[in-house]
Amino acid sequence: MKKLVSVLGIFLVLFAVIFAAGCVAAEQQEPTQLKIATTTSLYDTGLLDAVQDYYLEEFNVDLLITSQGTGKAIASAKNGDVDVLLVHSPSQEAVFIDDGYGVNHRGIAYNYFVIVGPADDPAGIAGMTPEEGVATLKALGDAGTEGITFISRGDNSGTHSAEKNIWASAGFNYTADITGCGEWYKETGAGMGDSLTTAGQLGAYILTDEATYLTYKKNNDLPLEVIIDEGTTLLNRYTVMTINPEKYPDTNVVDATAFTNWLISEDGQNFIGAFGVETYGKALFTPMSTIADSTLPPFNIDCKTPAVVPTV
Amino acid sequence: MGEITDGFIEAVTLIVTLNPEILEIAARSLYVSIAATLVAALFAIPLGAIIYYYDFRGKRAVINLVQTLYALPTVIVGLLVYLLVSYSGPLGFLNLLYTTNAMIIAQVVLVSPLIVGFTVAGLSGLDKEMKYTTMALNARAYRGLLTLVREAKFAILSAVVLAFGRAIAEVGAVMMVGGNIRHFTRTLTTAITLNTSMGEFATSIALGIILLTIALIVNFGVNILQNYNGRVKDE
Repeated sequence: MKKLVSVLGIFLVLFAVIFAAGCVAAEQQEPTQLKIATTTSLYDTGLLDAVQDYYLEEFNVDLLITSQGTGKAIASAKNGDVDVLLVHSPSQEAVFIDDGYGVNHRGIAYNYFVIVGPADDPAGIAGMTPEEGVATLKALGDAGTEGITFISRGDNSGTHSAEKNIWASAGFNYTADITGCGEWYKETGAGMGDSLTTAGQLGAYILTDEATYLTYKKNNDLPLEVIIDEGTTLLNRYTVMTINPEKYPDTNVVDATAFTNWLISEDGQNFIGAFGVETYGKALFTPMSTIADSTLPPFNIDCKTPAVVPTV
Repeated sequence: MGEITDGFIEAVTLIVTLNPEILEIAARSLYVSIAATLVAALFAIPLGAIIYYYDFRGKRAVINLVQTLYALPTVIVGLLVYLLVSYSGPLGFLNLLYTTNAMIIAQVVLVSPLIVGFTVAGLSGLDKEMKYTTMALNARAYRGLLTLVREAKFAILSAVVLAFGRAIAEVGAVMMVGGNIRHFTRTLTTAITLNTSMGEFATSIALGIILLTIALIVNFGVNILQNYNGRVKDE
């Protein structure tokens, strides 16, 4: 019996070792690996899956893309867990760069946020600027008007930041005037898709990126229509950053730089610009290179200068 | 309602056509959860037996603690393991984050309390006389324990099956430490989360059906094993 136990023990240990080894071996295939943290709203469109397949075939680099919400994406980048950060939150990006975590900041694409709501537009805000629209919603909501609800992500995501910008630009103090100000303003604390579903169920207005909205509209008969889609505060720009090797010397800066340069190259920009045409009838993203000078407001981002491999 | 029927049809289609991406994801789910359950069982069953066997001060408190840990939220386990294996964490040098190994570690942490607790409970369910007799007959404690564990094997095996179920069904921990990376760390549950947030509800339902089917097959296999063992013993 004792013998049997020790034989069994040895067998199990061997089994565990083989398993572990097999696992490590399986993940160290020939292609090099580049770890990318990104946000759900970008990943959920499927663009990055397409890029992953293409990039592996063309450049023999495995893009390990993890999407977990802007807050978590930035946190993992700050912990040195990834090589590249792909996000859409200008204010959070600026802090990240100022704190010395990011280099080679380049714009890759943009689209617009839209305010969507019930087709009959109970607040009558169609055709207004985003600022007028949200101010009207607040006035009606505070007055307790039936059928007026606004859904907010409430999760510090890029989209939530954009929403706060619109409130600020409309002259409100977000923390004092908006969040928790009444029944009409509801925060889901969930991702874009889930929040859109909630808004659809409640017949509410919501700020969303166009790409997620189109995806949801197509897949789920979302009962919401675009109500407001024009205004500079609705701009949604996507940018790429390499994690500064001065903070984390072990990151894959070579592949990160090459990936950045591919994204802003003609090939990369065409790839982004063509994505979604087949499925949704329109491109989900506009390549940043279509802007004559993207360093000017409202874009404020370089999209042309090739990135140079950062050194310590 | 339409999504549920669509999901069912899609599940059948995905299985029948042997969709390679789905097969890969299902295989990874199975691998991670079986590995985690085995590793956990390897030390949790002996640990449970030891807790059962020895009378020590604070034994009740230890058992209470273990039982409280049944309620460990998966996201908290994910967060703790993440902080441990993150590049900036104490085990960062092992480069475990966003690998299946990190996912296995997280699930081991998640299911070990279940196996420890149910082993103690299963053994406690045995006749007290048997404990004393067995212990008296065996000079070495571990041989006596081994006999007792064999006596309680149905209860303990149920605990292992339960642990596997919790492991393969959880999403919070594997999402956090695995990162849901396509072709690398995506499992059935993280794929369900992703498809739901992409609005592909039917695909989510389909993946859920596949997960349940796998759980059914595993449980069926364990049942056959139990019956077989039972027969062998009777003969």
